[in-house]
Amino acid sequence: MSQEYILEMTDIVKEFPGVRALKGVQLKVRPGTVHTLMGENGAGKSTLMKCLIGIHPPTSGKIVYDGREVHFKSTLEAIKAGISMIHQELSPVPERSVAENLWLGRVPMKNPFMVDHKKMREDSIALFEKLGLDVDPDAKMKELSVAKMQMVEIAKAVSYDSRIVIMDEPTSALTDVEVEHLFRIIAELKEKNVAIIYISHKMDEIFRISDDISVFRDGEYVTTDLASNLDHDKLITLMVGREVTDMFPKVECPIGETVLKVEHLSAGRAVKDVSFELHKGEILGFAGLVGAGRTETVETLFGIRHKTGGRVWKDGKEIDIRSPEQAIAHKIALLTEDRRGNGIVGLLSIKENTALASLKRYGFPLNHKKMISDTEEYVEKLRTKTPSIDTPIQNLSGGNQQKVLVGRWLLTDPDILIVDEPTRGIDVGAKSEIHALLTQLAGEGKAIIMISSEMPEVMGMSDRIVIMHEGYTTGVIDRSDFSSELILKYATSETSDQAAAGKS
Amino acid sequence: MNSKSFDFKKFASQNFIWLVLIALVIIMGIAQPSFFSVNNLITLLSGEAVKGIMAFGVMFAILSKGIDLTIGASAGLVACITASLVQPADYANALHPGLGTLPAPVVLVIGLLIGAAIGAVYGALIAYTKIPPFIATLGAQLICRASAKIYTNRPVSNLSESFRFLGSGKIGGFPVIILVFIVMFIISAFLLTQTRFGKNVYAIGGNDQAARVAGINVEKNLILVYVFCSVCAALAGMLLAGRSGSADPANSGLNYELDAIAAATVGGTSHTGGICRASGVLAGILILGVINNGLVMLKVDDNMTNIVKGLIIVGSVVLDMRKNAKKA
Repeated sequence: MSQEYILEMTDIVKEFPGVRALKGVQLKVRPGTVHTLMGENGAGKSTLMKCLIGIHPPTSGKIVYDGREVHFKSTLEAIKAGISMIHQELSPVPERSVAENLWLGRVPMKNPFMVDHKKMREDSIALFEKLGLDVDPDAKMKELSVAKMQMVEIAKAVSYDSRIVIMDEPTSALTDVEVEHLFRIIAELKEKNVAIIYISHKMDEIFRISDDISVFRDGEYVTTDLASNLDHDKLITLMVGREVTDMFPKVECPIGETVLKVEHLSAGRAVKDVSFELHKGEILGFAGLVGAGRTETVETLFGIRHKTGGRVWKDGKEIDIRSPEQAIAHKIALLTEDRRGNGIVGLLSIKENTALASLKRYGFPLNHKKMISDTEEYVEKLRTKTPSIDTPIQNLSGGNQQKVLVGRWLLTDPDILIVDEPTRGIDVGAKSEIHALLTQLAGEGKAIIMISSEMPEVMGMSDRIVIMHEGYTTGVIDRSDFSSELILKYATSETSDQAAAGKS
Repeated sequence: MNSKSFDFKKFASQNFIWLVLIALVIIMGIAQPSFFSVNNLITLLSGEAVKGIMAFGVMFAILSKGIDLTIGASAGLVACITASLVQPADYANALHPGLGTLPAPVVLVIGLLIGAAIGAVYGALIAYTKIPPFIATLGAQLICRASAKIYTNRPVSNLSESFRFLGSGKIGGFPVIILVFIVMFIISAFLLTQTRFGKNVYAIGGNDQAARVAGINVEKNLILVYVFCSVCAALAGMLLAGRSGSADPANSGLNYELDAIAAATVGGTSHTGGICRASGVLAGILILGVINNGLVMLKVDDNMTNIVKGLIIVGSVVLDMRKNAKKA
C-alpha cells in the first residue's frame, strides 16, 4: 500500500452567491487506487471535483497535487497537469464525427494551418483498439447510442494519459456489458498507477471497484475509510445521517380488474411487437437492456411517438391515442425518463411546473388561488424541499425536481401512472420516498407501469415484470418467480418468446 | 413583521428596466425642460403607439422562442387594402372608383381578419414544418410587401374621417391612438398572465418537448401566437394609415418590425425563449420612445441617435444574459 498521496485537498470552501456549497472539506487520494465519493445529491461531490479541475476555483482551501500546491483556473490547466474528468452530463458535438469529438480542442496538425485528418483517424482507431471498443471513428456522434457516446467520453478522458481520472456517474447510461468493459479499463489504469476518483450512486458497483470511500453530507466531510471496512447499510447511514430501514417498502395489495390491454403494439423499428395487460392496484415493472424499446413503448402509448400498428384498450374500450393531450384526457400520465429534456420547464416556477399538465381545470381567467393551493398541497404531500413555490424549478436538486414532476402528474388524477426510470440520478432519501409513494398509489387502486434498469428496484417494487429485448416483449414473470437470472435470460434472448408475452 | 421590511435589492432587480426609464426621463427633463410639457408627452406616446402595439405582438413570438419579421410588411399590406376601402365615392383618384366608402367598423374587422389569416398561414408553416421562424417570416415579409405593391402602385389617400378616427381622432382632447395602445397593453398582459394560452406559450418557449409531454398542443398554440402577432400588426397598420391619412405600399410600416423587436428585447423578452413580462416590454417601448423624442428635442444628429439606440439594445441583452446566467 502506497503511503504517499497523489492528491491532498484540505479545508476546501466553495461559496456561490447565497449558498455555501462546500464547508471546509478534505480529500486524500492514493495513486493506483479507486477512491469513491459518496453522498446524496447536493452533498458537494461534483462541486468538489469542479473545484479541483478549475471549473469553479475554491473560495478558500489548499490543493496539493503531486507534492506541489496547485490552483487550476481552467480544465485545460488541469488536463495539462494530468487530471482529466468524465462529466455526468455529456456535451458531444452531435453533427461532427467521433474522431473530431475525441480530439476536440487538441486536433493533430500537419502544419500550423492544416488539420492532420489521417493521424486523427489513426490515433482514434489505435485508442479504441487499446481499450477494446467497437466504435467507428467516422460515424457522426449523433448516430451513436447514449451508451456508446459515454464510452467515447471515457476513451477521451483516458487518452490524456492523466495521473488522475475523475468519473462522475459514468455508468448511469451504460448497459451491463459496457459497465464490465469500463471496469476492465479502470483495472488497467490502476495497474499504471493512475488514481481514479469515482462518483456513483450504485452500491454494488462501488463495493466492487473501490479501494477507499469518502462520504460527504450537505457540503461537509463525514469520513474516509477503506471500502473493505464498510458495507451497504453502514454507508447509507453515513450518507443520510440516519437509518434508512427499508429500501423497497413493497406492500402486497389486491390486484383488480384489467385497466389497460395492449396487443401487438408497434412503432417503426423501435417497438416491434409489444403485448401486455395492466391491472388496477398493480405495479408492472418493465425490465430490459438499454435500447430494448421500453421507453419507446410507453412513449407510443402516450402519443409522443407515432403508432404504426397494434391495438390498445382502456377499461374495455378501444382507444386510439395520437397525442399526450389525448392520453391525459384518457387519464394516463407519463413521468418521462429525460427530466431535463422533456420533463421540467427550467425557467418556470414550481407552481407553473406543477400546474402545467392540468391548466384546463383552472378556467378563464386562470384561477391562481386554486393553482397555489394545489401546488402547496403536493409540495407538502411529497415533502419537496424548496424555498417557495415561486422558485424556478431549475434551482432545485434532481430529486426535488422529480418530486415536482410527480406532483404534476398526480394533479391530473390519472388511472394509469407510467414512470420511466423514476429514481435515476436522485439521492437515496428521495428515492425511497418515491418508492413508498408508488406503493401507496398502487394501494389506492391506481395502475402503475414502472420502467427501471436497476435490477433491485424493478424486482423490489413490481408485482409482475415484463421483459423486452430489441423491441419485442420476450417474457412476463410473476413476483413469485422473480430472479435476476431469469430476467437477464429474457432480456438477452435473441428470439421473441411470443407465448410468454401473450400471457398475463 | 416581515411585510414591513422592504427588499429594495429584489425590487430593483425585478424592475430594473423601469428604473432605467425613470433615470432617462429625469436626464431628458434636466437637459430640456420642455420635455415634460403635456404636448410633448402626448406626441411621444402617439408616435410610439404603432410600433408599440407591434412590439406587444412580437413579444409573444419571441417568448415562444421564435421571431416575426413579417409584421412591418403585413401592417403595410393591411394599411393599403383597408385604406382603399374608405376612399370617397366621388374621389376621381380612388383605387376602386365607384366602390364608395365602407363603414369604418366593417373595414376595421376586415383588416383584422386579413391580419389573422396572414398570421395563420405562416404560423401553420412554422408549427407543422418546423422551419425556423426567422426564415418563414422573412419569406412572408417579402410576399406581403410585394403583394401591397401589386395591390396598388401608388399611395392610397383621401381616407374617410371615420376611418381616420382611430389613428388621429381625439376623445376629450386625448388621442384615441394612445387609448388603443393602452388597451392592447392590457390585453397582452391579460393573455400572458391570466389565460391558459399565456401559460402554454411560456412553457413552449421554455421547453417545447416538456410542454408537449404535459399535454399542450404545441402546434395549435404556435399558430395562435403568430395569429395574435399578425393581428397586432394589422391593427398597427390601420392606425398608421389613419394617423398619416394615407397608405403607401412601398413605405408604410417599412422596417417597423425591427423597432418592435428592439422594444420587446430591451423590455427583457429573452430570445432563448420562456422569459417575458408585458410591463417590461411597455418600459422598453417607452425607453426607445424617450430616446427618439429627447434626442430630437436636443437636436442630436439622427445617426448619433441610432448609435445610442444600438448600444442600448445590445447592452440590455448583455445585462439580461448575465442576470439569467447567475440564476442558473
